[in-house]
Amino acid sequence: MKTGKIYRIAGPVAVAELDARMFDIALVGDEKLLGEVIQINGNRCTIQIYEDTTGLKPGIPVVNTEEPLNIELGPGLLTSIYDGIQRPLPRLKEQMGDFVRRGATATGIERRKEWEFKATAKKGDDITGGSVIGEVMEGQMLHKIMAPPNTKGKITEISSGSFTVDEVVCKLDSGDKIKLMHKWPVRKPRPTSKKLIPNIPLITGQRIFDALFPLAKGGVAAIPGGFGTGKTVAQQTLAKWSDAEVIVYVGCGERGNEMTEVLTEFPKLTDPRSGKPLLNRTILIANTSNMPVAAREASIYCGMTMAEYYRDMGYNVAVMADSTSRWAEAMREISSRLEELPGEEGYPAYLSTRLADFYERAGRYKNLNNTEGSISVIGAVSPAGGDFSEPVTQGTLRVVKCFWALDSKLAQRRHFPAINWLTSYSLYLSSLEQWFSENVAEDWRSAVDKIMSILQEEEKLLEIVQLVGSDALPEREQVTLQIAKLAREMFLQQNAFHAVDTYSEPKKTYSFMKTILKYGDLAYNALGRGSKVSEIISIKSKEKLSDVKFEKDYEKLLNSIVKEMESEFSRLKVQK
Amino acid sequence: MKEYKTISRVAGPLVFVKKTEPVSYADMVKVLLPNGEEKNAQVLDTSDDLVVVQVFEGTSGIDLNTRVKFLNQPMRLHVSEEILGRILSGSGKPIDGGPEMVADKIMDIAGAAINPYSRSNPEDFIQTGISTIDAMNTLVRGQKLPIFSASGLPHNEIALQISRQAKVIGKETNFAIVFAAMGITNEEAQRFIQDFEQTGALERSAVFLNLASDPAVERLLTPQLALTAAEYLAFEKDMHVLVILTDMTNYCESLREIGSAREEIPGRRGYPGYMYTTLANIYERAGMIKGKKGSITQLPILTMIGDDITHPIPDLTGYITEGQIVLSRELHQRNIYPPIDVLPSLSRLMNLGIGSDKTREDHKQVSDQLYAFYAEGRDLRGLVAIVGEESLSERDRRLLKFAAEFESKFVKQGKNEDRGISGTLDTGWKLLSEIPESELSRVSPEMRRKYYGKR
Repeated sequence: MKTGKIYRIAGPVAVAELDARMFDIALVGDEKLLGEVIQINGNRCTIQIYEDTTGLKPGIPVVNTEEPLNIELGPGLLTSIYDGIQRPLPRLKEQMGDFVRRGATATGIERRKEWEFKATAKKGDDITGGSVIGEVMEGQMLHKIMAPPNTKGKITEISSGSFTVDEVVCKLDSGDKIKLMHKWPVRKPRPTSKKLIPNIPLITGQRIFDALFPLAKGGVAAIPGGFGTGKTVAQQTLAKWSDAEVIVYVGCGERGNEMTEVLTEFPKLTDPRSGKPLLNRTILIANTSNMPVAAREASIYCGMTMAEYYRDMGYNVAVMADSTSRWAEAMREISSRLEELPGEEGYPAYLSTRLADFYERAGRYKNLNNTEGSISVIGAVSPAGGDFSEPVTQGTLRVVKCFWALDSKLAQRRHFPAINWLTSYSLYLSSLEQWFSENVAEDWRSAVDKIMSILQEEEKLLEIVQLVGSDALPEREQVTLQIAKLAREMFLQQNAFHAVDTYSEPKKTYSFMKTILKYGDLAYNALGRGSKVSEIISIKSKEKLSDVKFEKDYEKLLNSIVKEMESEFSRLKVQK
Repeated sequence: MKEYKTISRVAGPLVFVKKTEPVSYADMVKVLLPNGEEKNAQVLDTSDDLVVVQVFEGTSGIDLNTRVKFLNQPMRLHVSEEILGRILSGSGKPIDGGPEMVADKIMDIAGAAINPYSRSNPEDFIQTGISTIDAMNTLVRGQKLPIFSASGLPHNEIALQISRQAKVIGKETNFAIVFAAMGITNEEAQRFIQDFEQTGALERSAVFLNLASDPAVERLLTPQLALTAAEYLAFEKDMHVLVILTDMTNYCESLREIGSAREEIPGRRGYPGYMYTTLANIYERAGMIKGKKGSITQLPILTMIGDDITHPIPDLTGYITEGQIVLSRELHQRNIYPPIDVLPSLSRLMNLGIGSDKTREDHKQVSDQLYAFYAEGRDLRGLVAIVGEESLSERDRRLLKFAAEFESKFVKQGKNEDRGISGTLDTGWKLLSEIPESELSRVSPEMRRKYYGKR
C-alpha cells in the first residue's frame, strides 16, 4: 500500500502528498480516519474525510488502500441501523458511548453470527455474476446468496450448513471463492441485464398518492416542500405502508430525534400484508445533520447500493431519501472547499448530473440471474425558502416522473398530507391504468379522472367566489363546490397518526371515490328535478363519510351511507 | 510551546502565519501584541507553509511584530456545578467579579453528535402556561423550538415567561437555565438578568454574555460554550436544562463575516454554504439520552431580517429545529400579547407529548379544529376587504367572528398569566361551541358528545 503525508487541513477536507487514483479510500493519521480522494493536483491530492478533523495536523501519515469506498453486502443488513458509511450505530455506541466520536471501526455486517446456508446450486453448475447458489433465512425473509457480479466458473465444491458471512461456501474452477458476503463499491451501479418499463404500482395506502398521483414499482418520485409541510411524515408513512418487500430509509442530514422516532416506532408496527414487524424489512441509514458532512454525501450511495443488492435477488425495494437537498448541500460544501467554480447558488456545476445519475439507478430491472426486481426512489427535497425554482428542485424535476408538491398553505390549515392536487403530477397514471383496472376495478381510471376534474373545477370556481361571494354562483356550481369539499376533506385528507386511517387499501380508496361521485350524481339529478341547493347541501348522510376513514369494516358502513343518501335524496321536495 | 513572529498578513478577523511547526486543525491560539495585550484565536486552516487563525477579540492592534503562540489543544471549558449562578463572558471568563471556578471536568466545546441509537424519544409535556404554545404547538422535553421574531417584537418577554412558567406536571424537577446572549444590547441582557434575579432563577442559571459591544467573532464561541455547560449539567448532573440562545441572527452574521474574510464562495445572500452544518451542530445538541435522567431543551431566538421567513437564517433553522413559534407584527400592533401567529407556527414533537395519558384525550382534535377554523376565518378577512361582510354566507360570518374571538380570548393573555392545559383546552371548546356541532369535522363524535357546549 502506498503511503504519504498530510500537507494541509481545512474543515472536512485535507490535502496530502500521496500517489492515488480518484475515489481511492485513504486512511488518515494514526487513528486511520476514513477519507476519499476527490481531487488530484500534481503529487498532491485532496481527500474528503468522513470524520471530524479537529486536532489533525500537517505531517501525519496517510495510507492509500487503493480501493474505492466499498460496503458489505450479505445477510444481516435488514433491521440494521447504520451511519453514512455503513458503520452500525449500536456498535459505535458500544465502542464510544452515547456520542459519536471519531476513530471507531466496526464492520458493516456482523462477523460472528452463523447463518444456516442451504445450497441450491450443485457441483458442476456453471456460475456467472449474479447466479444464485443458495439461500439463507434472514429473519422471515428468504435471502438469496448470489455470486458477486464479477465471478465466473464451474462449481467445484459447495456445501450447505452453518456458516458465518466470512466463510467460503462455494469454490469455482476459476479459483473464485464465494462467501455469504461480498463487497461492492457504492458509487458504481450493480450490473443488470435489462431495464424494463415500470407498469405495476407501488401501493402506498395513501389515497391521494394511489388514486391521483400513483408511483410505479421502479419509479422515481420527488416530494418537495418547505419546512413544516410534512415531508418527513410523508416519507415515514410511505416507509411504513408501501408494498415493497425491502425498505431502505436514508436519513440524510436530518434531525436526530426523527431517526429516534423511526427507531422506536417501527419495531412496534406490523406490516399490513405479512403481519410481521415492519422493522424486519427495513434498513436504516442515519447521518444526522451534525454528523460529518462527507459521510452525508456518501450515505445516499450506500443506501442505493444496498437496495440494488436486494433487487438482484428479485425483490421490490423502495428507497426513501430524506432529504436529497442535504446531500446536495454536502456536495456544495465539499465543492467550495475545493475552490471549484460554482454554478447556481453556489452549488457545483455537476449537481444536476449527480442527481440524474442517482435517480437513474432506480427502475424495474431484469437481473443477471433472470429474476425481476425493482427499486423505487422517493426523494424529499427541502427547497430554500420553499421556493421550487432553486437548483436542487429543478435538477430533480428533470429526472423524476412523479411530483408530489407539498404546500405550506395546506399544512397551515392542517390539511394532511399537504399535497397540492393542482401542481402535483404523475406520469405513470396511464401506464398503471391497466393494473388498476385488472386488480381493483374496471372503471378505476374514470373515477380518478372525475374526482380530479371536480377538484380542478373547484379551483376555478373559488377564484370567482373570491370576487363575488359564493351565493352569487349558479346552483349547479354551488353543488360542484360541495362535492369538491367532500373530496378534499373526506377523501384527500388522511390521518397518518390514526391506527385505521393511516393505511387505505386500493379497494377502500376506490369505494370512497365512488361514494363521493354517487353523492355528486344524486345531487345533480335532484337539482335537475328542481330541488333546492340548500337542501342538497344539508344532506346529513354525507357527513358520515368522515367516519369511514376511521372504520375497519368500511364496506358495510359505505353501503349503509349510500342507502341513506339515496333515501334522503328521494325524500327531497321537488319544486316547480 | 513555541512562539512565532511570522505573521504575513492580517485581513478582517483573520491572521495568516507563515512557516510554523505542524499545527493541529481547530486548536487554540494566543496572540500576543507588542503592548502586552493578549488575544484568543483558533486555527481555521493549517498546512506546512501557512496557518490561518481567526481572532475572537478582533484584530485591531495586531502588526507584523505580534507573536503567535499555538496552545496545542482544542478550545475547552472548565465545568462544574458552580457554574450555576455565575455570569460569564461570551468566551467563558467570569465577569461577575466572582472567583475563578474550580473545574470538575474539562470538556471540548465543539461537542459531538449524539448517536441516534442512544437518543430516547422526547415525550414529556412541558406546560409553559401560554395557550398558543401548550394547546397548539406543544413543547416537549428535549425539543429544540425556536422563536422566529423580528425587530421590535416582544420575543424576550415570551422567552422569559416560558422560563418562569415552564414545568412538567407531576414530576419533581431538577432544573437549570443556560442563557447565551449573542450580540444583544446591554439593556436587553440586563432585563434577562434582573428577571432571573427577581424570580430566584439566577441561582439555577449559567449566563454567557456576548453583548453588542463585544467582539463579533467571539460570539461564534458563545453557543458552543453554553451548550457544553448544558451537556455537563444534563448528562452528568441529571438536570433538566432549558437553553435560551439569543440572537441567532447575530451569530450567523459573524459566520458570514469570517466566510467573506476567507474569500470563500458564498451561498445564498452571502452566507457561507456550510451554515446549515454549523447551525445543525448547535441545534442538534438538544435531546435526551437513554439511561440518563437529564435533558436539554433549546429555545433559540432569532430575528427575521425584514420580517422575511424565507431569509436563509430562519429558513435553515426551520429545517433543523423541531418546529418554530412565529411572532406576528400585525398581532403585536393590535396589542395582542403574546403575538404568536399559530398558522405558520409548528411543533413537530407535539404528537409525542399529548394525549389522554399526558394532557387530555381531546387535545389533538381540539387543536386541529381550532387550526382549521382559524385558517379559514383569516382567509375570509381578505375576502371581506373586497366584497364586504354582507355578501358572506352565515357560516362565513361565524368563522370571521371565531377568528376575532380566538385572537382576543385564546391568543391574548397576560405576561404573568400561567394557564393550565385543561383550562386552555376548555377555552378552546368555548370558542368551538359557538359553531354548529355538525361542522366540527376534525373532532370525533365521541369527543363532541363529551365536550361540546359543556365547558
